[in-house]
Amino acid sequence: MAATDPRWPRWARALWAVAAPLLKLLGLTALAAPAARAVDLPQDHEEALIHLYNGGGVKAYGPALLVRKSVADKVSLTGSVYVDMVSNASIDVVTTASPFRENRVEWGLGVDHVEQDTLMHLGVSRSTEPDYVASAANLDVSQDVFGGMSTVALGFTLGQDDVGRHGETGYFDHARHWQYRLGLTQILSPRWIASVNGEAIADEGYLGNPYRVARVFGAYVPERMPRTRTARALQLRVIGDISDEGASDRSAVRASYRYYRDTWAVQAHTLELGYTRHFGPDWLGDVALRLNHQGAALFFSDNAQSETLYVTRNRQLSAFNSYALAGKLSYTLPGDTAQRYGLQLNANLELLSFHYSEFTDIRTGQLYHFNGQNLQLLLTGKF
Amino acid sequence: MPPSPQPRALLLLGLALAGVCGGCSTEPWVKPYERERLADPMMQFSREVLADKQRDHVYSVREGARGATGVQGGGCGCN
Repeated sequence: MAATDPRWPRWARALWAVAAPLLKLLGLTALAAPAARAVDLPQDHEEALIHLYNGGGVKAYGPALLVRKSVADKVSLTGSVYVDMVSNASIDVVTTASPFRENRVEWGLGVDHVEQDTLMHLGVSRSTEPDYVASAANLDVSQDVFGGMSTVALGFTLGQDDVGRHGETGYFDHARHWQYRLGLTQILSPRWIASVNGEAIADEGYLGNPYRVARVFGAYVPERMPRTRTARALQLRVIGDISDEGASDRSAVRASYRYYRDTWAVQAHTLELGYTRHFGPDWLGDVALRLNHQGAALFFSDNAQSETLYVTRNRQLSAFNSYALAGKLSYTLPGDTAQRYGLQLNANLELLSFHYSEFTDIRTGQLYHFNGQNLQLLLTGKF
Repeated sequence: MPPSPQPRALLLLGLALAGVCGGCSTEPWVKPYERERLADPMMQFSREVLADKQRDHVYSVREGARGATGVQGGGCGCN
């Protein structure tokens, strides 16, 4: 057994000595005695992304870069940077505040390690804005079982946010976040794969926005938000190869459904359907449709007609339907150099539409809606 | 103390799931040599990390629902 290998640190062998009988007792024989087949480390991989979102008065664009490199075939290191340059003149901002510009930079570092059929990932990230700093650390473990037919994954993220106000030094409040993940990916047949993922999220601290106002009896007041929130989400996904036997250009269909509910009574159903097809050896095309329906939080009100402990006019917590249609093309670049590094160019365009059923545009009194576009240009390779 | 999102229930579910997996035969009904189609890029739930992260970010700052998408990422003050 790998964990009894003398090359392991003493503390790891001691921990395994305690854990292995316990796992066997619990029936986790596949965990306690992994099959000889080993999981591969994630492949070396680089991504360079230019992203541009435009919709509802908000423009957010910028570059992002990710580099993954393995070391000594046992550890894979990941570094990433993601930049959001935001120009915000959203409906909230133009009606109750002033348009603004700001930059957000997020750094991420990760390390993956494989031992037999177990892949372990440890990551940290830090996102910085002029008035908000968010730090997070996550640990994920996935285990192949059934001879690689199934993958069970467990994960945990702990986040800490520092919340400030524009023009003030220091932070006036904080928030903490706990996320617990559990997932199963299952090979169903030589053509079909399915997965089920569950996540429980707990938030505590300042969960509002210091600039946002609510409306009570027509008057604008600072929003009042609870300081705790607990959420659960469950997503089911399936992908299937539907091409004919021997077809040169294969195609696949995919579907996913997510159910979400939290203690603020926000409830959402999200359905995504997609079709992917090869066009010769160099081109891969995707089309996808996304449908989302959300119910409002208990304390959301467009214009409250009674005094309540909590009140918000945050559109994110209101009732709405959103729709999206996406198209994507991936092209494997020609030429010896490009082929050697597996260079691929990807262009994704997604058209979004949000239709609110309670939130009004106070300039017109009509229910608010907006359309948006999200463009991604991505270069990937293996260096 | 964090507000409990029933992590104990999740842990028990995970153990039960792994127990079911561990208690059954490990003989795969799809042999490794039958998995050629599954290795095709179009059969992956996620092909590009950054593209998925950015897309998830676009939705998570505009919708109240979040989580269970398989996308890793920290928080932000983007709401």
